[in-house]
Amino acid sequence: MLDKVTKQKLVVIGNGMAGIRTVEALLERAPDLYDITVFGSEPYGNYNRILLSPVLAGEKTVDDIMLNTVDWYEDNNITLRKGETITMIDRRTCEVVTEAGARVPYDRLLIATGSNPIMLPLPGKDLPGVIGFRDIYDVDRMIKASTDYRNAVVIGGGLLGLEAANGLMKRGMSVTVVHLLDTLMERQLDPVAGGLLRKSLEERGMVFKMPAQTQAILGEDRVTGVRFADGTELPADLVVMAVGIRPNFELAKKAGLYCERGIVVSDTMQTYDGRIYAVGECVQHRRQTYGLVAPLFDQAKVCANHLAMKGFATYDGSVTSTKLKVTGIDLFSAGDFAPGPDKEEIVLQDANRGVYKRIILKDKKIVGAVLYGDTIDGPWYFQHLRDGTDVSHMRERLVFGAANLGEGGVSGQSSVAAMSDETEICGCNGVCKGAIVKAITDKKLFTLDDVRAHTKASSSCGSCTGLVEQVLAFTLGGDYSAAPKVKPLCKCTDHSHDDVRRVIVEQNLKTIPAVMRFMEWKTLNGCHSCRPALNYYLLATWPGEYVDDQQSRFINERVHANIQKDGTYSVVPRMWGGVTTPSELRAIADVAEKFNIPTVKVTGGQRIDLLGVKKEDLPAVWADLNDAGMVSGHAYAKGLRTVKTCVGSEWCRFGTQDSTGLGIKIEKFMWGSWTPAKVKLGVSGCPRNCAEATCKDVGVVCVDSGYEIHFAGAAGLHIKGTEFLTKVETEDECLEVIVALTQLYREEGWYLERMYKWCDRVGLEQIRKRVVDNVENRKALFARFAYSQQFAQSDPWSERARSGVDRNEFAPLAELEIA
Amino acid sequence: MTGWIEIGALDDIPRLGSRVVRTPHGNIAVFRTESDEVFALDDRCPHKGGPLSQGIVHNKRVTCPLHNFVIELASGQAVAPDEGCTHTHPAKVENGVVWLSVRQAVPVS
Ligand SMILES: Cc1cc2nc3c(=O)[nH]c(=O)nc-3n(C[C@H](O)[C@H](O)[C@H](O)COP(=O)(O)OP(=O)(O)OC[C@H]3O[C@@H](n4cnc5c(N)ncnc54)[C@H](O)[C@@H]3O)c2cc1C
Ligand code: SF4
Ligand code: SF4
Ligand code: FES
Repeated sequence: MLDKVTKQKLVVIGNGMAGIRTVEALLERAPDLYDITVFGSEPYGNYNRILLSPVLAGEKTVDDIMLNTVDWYEDNNITLRKGETITMIDRRTCEVVTEAGARVPYDRLLIATGSNPIMLPLPGKDLPGVIGFRDIYDVDRMIKASTDYRNAVVIGGGLLGLEAANGLMKRGMSVTVVHLLDTLMERQLDPVAGGLLRKSLEERGMVFKMPAQTQAILGEDRVTGVRFADGTELPADLVVMAVGIRPNFELAKKAGLYCERGIVVSDTMQTYDGRIYAVGECVQHRRQTYGLVAPLFDQAKVCANHLAMKGFATYDGSVTSTKLKVTGIDLFSAGDFAPGPDKEEIVLQDANRGVYKRIILKDKKIVGAVLYGDTIDGPWYFQHLRDGTDVSHMRERLVFGAANLGEGGVSGQSSVAAMSDETEICGCNGVCKGAIVKAITDKKLFTLDDVRAHTKASSSCGSCTGLVEQVLAFTLGGDYSAAPKVKPLCKCTDHSHDDVRRVIVEQNLKTIPAVMRFMEWKTLNGCHSCRPALNYYLLATWPGEYVDDQQSRFINERVHANIQKDGTYSVVPRMWGGVTTPSELRAIADVAEKFNIPTVKVTGGQRIDLLGVKKEDLPAVWADLNDAGMVSGHAYAKGLRTVKTCVGSEWCRFGTQDSTGLGIKIEKFMWGSWTPAKVKLGVSGCPRNCAEATCKDVGVVCVDSGYEIHFAGAAGLHIKGTEFLTKVETEDECLEVIVALTQLYREEGWYLERMYKWCDRVGLEQIRKRVVDNVENRKALFARFAYSQQFAQSDPWSERARSGVDRNEFAPLAELEIA
Repeated sequence: MTGWIEIGALDDIPRLGSRVVRTPHGNIAVFRTESDEVFALDDRCPHKGGPLSQGIVHNKRVTCPLHNFVIELASGQAVAPDEGCTHTHPAKVENGVVWLSVRQAVPVS
């Protein structure tokens, strides 16, 4: 072993991701070879720059993203000179010179100075409030601005710009993204995927101005606005420039090293001066520069190899893939996807699921892929792309991914099973499936953090976390229960619907503020999406105990009528099973005349709708309808709406059972119940199905030998036939199954999730098992529904028309006679 | 602009709710936040005239019941990405009584 005195001196300029990864790799290969000194302008240890976006978005803290703390440098006998910038490389004396004038000699030098954000040369670019997005300092300034100011403009609709915009938005700023072109992330996305991305970001509140060219930044002492080439202006208290990066090679160039768009290096990562190496964003290799960590880490490995004097590795360039780190948006892009005469494309677009996939083939090989909404197969395509696999034999089914090619089942887990050991799981760190599996088995790893620590997989950008969890699950089998990837309930929280429902029960939470406090809601009173959801969850969890929060109800449910476009309401009395009487019809006619109700219409649910009722008339209208024995039809409710029936055996020559009677029985049992979304039923007296039962949430088709129960149909925005659940022999069994099914849906459905979507998510078999096969469970579900009905079955109309409930709701606060 | 007019008791407006004041020039929605601040806006959404008084109130914003525009109670401004502005009127609470001063809309030229 070499002793300290004779050790060679390695100096590293740039305490960033590529430089330190090289040092780490070097220590693995040759721990004692060098006396290492690292200079870094930033006053920190080495941190994960990629995760600045989640820090900005408030999802992580600066401490969370530290990769190498100051202790790590000490433990490895590395001299860290943080906060010190190198201003000159003296190649003659082999020394570097710091800003303060100190000279430090080197035997080998590694330049890893990264890059700088491009600041467009616009008038006003130096005003306070105009910043780039590159380091902790920038993020601090953005966070500060978000507390002091309101309007932010982000120039640049690429990866970095969108992540900055997302973060600022999460911090409460109004953000406009300005982009020169008309497709977002045009280097990674085609126009369709770019459009989908734009749409979902717009849904979250992001505003886009594109195509638009910025002409000037306005303001005197601080930025106040931005002007565009078309003459329009936007107010801005903060302008983030995210139009690209420029390799930081000034220092190298001044020292006489050959530079073009970056410091030019050979396949061994050496500059034109053999003693000086360079890695990272500051280099240009085979005419390419890179702005993602995966290729930089490849470079780091090669460079470390040479520094360790095991000079056999060479760097041949990298193919990169990209994911956007905006929570809740799944996006994957790799390779070359520009259309061309010699290319073929396979496109799958499923607007309902928000899924778009485009695979580009050339000479029977995948050359590019853009995935939106469902990115589980990203690594699989990427693997074939890099391997240059001939995919012609699976061309037809290629777009459906690994699972559909017999390379696995349908779930993500089996598609992991289908991957070869060489499939890369973590793109940033180049970790393939085999390495993860080996680490898990050899080192007895059980958690994601273990895997991160041992393999580095999932430790950089985090996009592959889901896949790594699946590899864990697949390797450990039943021992591992990873939380599946979940979408947050709404923008006010990171928690999913399921989390919220579970925590309400576990923590015994009984009010909306209590839930928000316990689950650390990000907004003061939530919003129009989460409040009604929480109100429903509490109501469904604590029947008889929870006091319905009227202010968290959508207006229709608050006033028990449907708001119309002119602010008037529509009133639909219940007609059990669609059956009415002359006296009911007379009463409806009288009411319509008495209150000048402009439109009387028959609905699709076999009842009568009175449209155009003024809000202040509602209680009186209800009183008259109540007098004739009619109650609310809950036509406005996320609850039981209608039970549509046909005339069945009582009149119809084909009728096999009393479908009308059964429908009325079901409706009388279930009316008044609240559900995650509306529930519509149908009962047909024979398979001719005149009540259209097989496109309802729950439908019964009577047959000679009994009753077929179907569910999970839809005939609205989406059209879907029902699934067959089971067949029973008696009316009572039929009621029991339907009620139990509805109760299960009430307990598990996400707010606004229709029954068919719930069934899609949970699985038909799962539901059948609990509602049909497990009789005990069915009876328990039935009992819980019945219990909660005693609190629900009170006519909201008569409460308001007669008992003065919510009187204030229907009268103005004051009438002013001002001129 | 009128002087301050007494329009009712704070307790007659539900927390995180709203009541309507009728005027010859149209309805004004008076909102009460969780912390008992009051705000008054024309009861017309800048989008398609929806009655804002019927929306869900959260923090100092209301969501229009018709198509979910979110309006800032203090400024009447629609929250991005939506655009538009609803006319506001000064309102205040003193000793549990709500006061309103009606500001005539300035015709847009
Ligand atoms: C917000 C953000 C999000 C990103 N997201 C992703 C992503 O999702 N996926 C991905 O692959 N990549 C992403 N990147 C890019 C990735 O972070 C970079 O590619 C990577 O950090 C580059 O590593 P580097 O070592 O070349 O440069 P850096 O990490 O920038 O390190 C260079 C260091 O050198 C220091 N330095 C410069 N000059 C001197 C000098 N003269 N003296 C002393 N010190 C000096 C700098 O201060 C800096 O600390 C993202 C970048 C940002 C900013
Ligand atoms: S569904 Fe059958 S029983 Fe009912 S009306 Fe039609 S034909 Fe008659
Ligand atoms: S179909 Fe559309 S327009 Fe017609 S009532 Fe339904 S929502 Fe309104
Ligand atoms: S009228 Fe208010 S959102 Fe359309």
